[in-house]
Amino acid sequence: MNDDRLTIAGIEFHSRLWVGTGKYKDFIETQKAIEAAGAEVVTVAVRRVNITDRKSENLLDYISPKKYKILPNTAGCYTVEDALRYARLARAAGISDMVKLEVIGDERTLFPDTAGLIEAAKILVKEGFIVFPYTNDDPIVAKRLVDVGCPAVMPLAAPIGSGLGIRNPYNLKILMESVRVPVIVDAGVGTASDAALAMEYGADAVLMNTAIAGAKEPILMAEAMKHAVWAGRLAYKAGRIPRKLYATASSPIEGML
Amino acid sequence: MMRITLNGENREVTEGHSVSSLLSDLGIPAERVAVELNLKIVDRQAFTGTSLCDGDRLEVIGFIGGGKNDDDER
Repeated sequence: MNDDRLTIAGIEFHSRLWVGTGKYKDFIETQKAIEAAGAEVVTVAVRRVNITDRKSENLLDYISPKKYKILPNTAGCYTVEDALRYARLARAAGISDMVKLEVIGDERTLFPDTAGLIEAAKILVKEGFIVFPYTNDDPIVAKRLVDVGCPAVMPLAAPIGSGLGIRNPYNLKILMESVRVPVIVDAGVGTASDAALAMEYGADAVLMNTAIAGAKEPILMAEAMKHAVWAGRLAYKAGRIPRKLYATASSPIEGML
Repeated sequence: MMRITLNGENREVTEGHSVSSLLSDLGIPAERVAVELNLKIVDRQAFTGTSLCDGDRLEVIGFIGGGKNDDDER
């Protein structure tokens, strides 16, 4: 698998399992889970620094930007304006030009506001950002995002944190066939088989957070996800057999008594 | 003394502070934060040369654990 690398905007990615860093018990657990997942891309949120507690620890002391590719997100942004502000601040922090762009449309579903997403993506691409847009599983929206210069798209499998798995596999397949850029399935994965399925469908990578952080044993689940993504990728490359309604014997009839 | 709004909180600080002297007083390492002064981003190179004035609104941001839209992280 070492030659099976993913390249986006000239950047080489060595792992197809991308992970978030939210909802863990502490930084140690976060670090161990990321390690067990074999992840290289790690998403982080942009927030106010704690100015009252001088001893508060920094996530990046545990997840070194030298070792990992830090992907700041605009989580929590409901308007184009807010998403732009957070993205620009993230870049000003000096770690990366990459941004996982989220423009959320609704609190209950956390589905993306795709009109706002395309608008914000267009502006940020012009400013030189490498924009990874968190989008829905709509192939047309994915195309529009590519048109405005996104080097990859990140469609959801199901609502964020829902663990429902891939709700619309056929749309996701159409989406993958509709764009020529890498597709990273983001959000909604619940367990290892969901991740494997996404990869079998032809996803280039899978991003998840809650499925690992929310598991009873996050570090064990991280390892399961690593194998699932790998297995799914290999199966995709190997090419599955077609589904048939009736049996086909594997053992030859010839030589039977 | 002058009054500034720092990360949404009112604060009194001594006059003559620059962005970098304030960060160092607060014990915040400058390398991993971004600073917004009155809604405009201050370039890292300008931290030392940017002095603060009475009534300034300052935001100091950094990275925290986050996957996606984590309500409990906000």
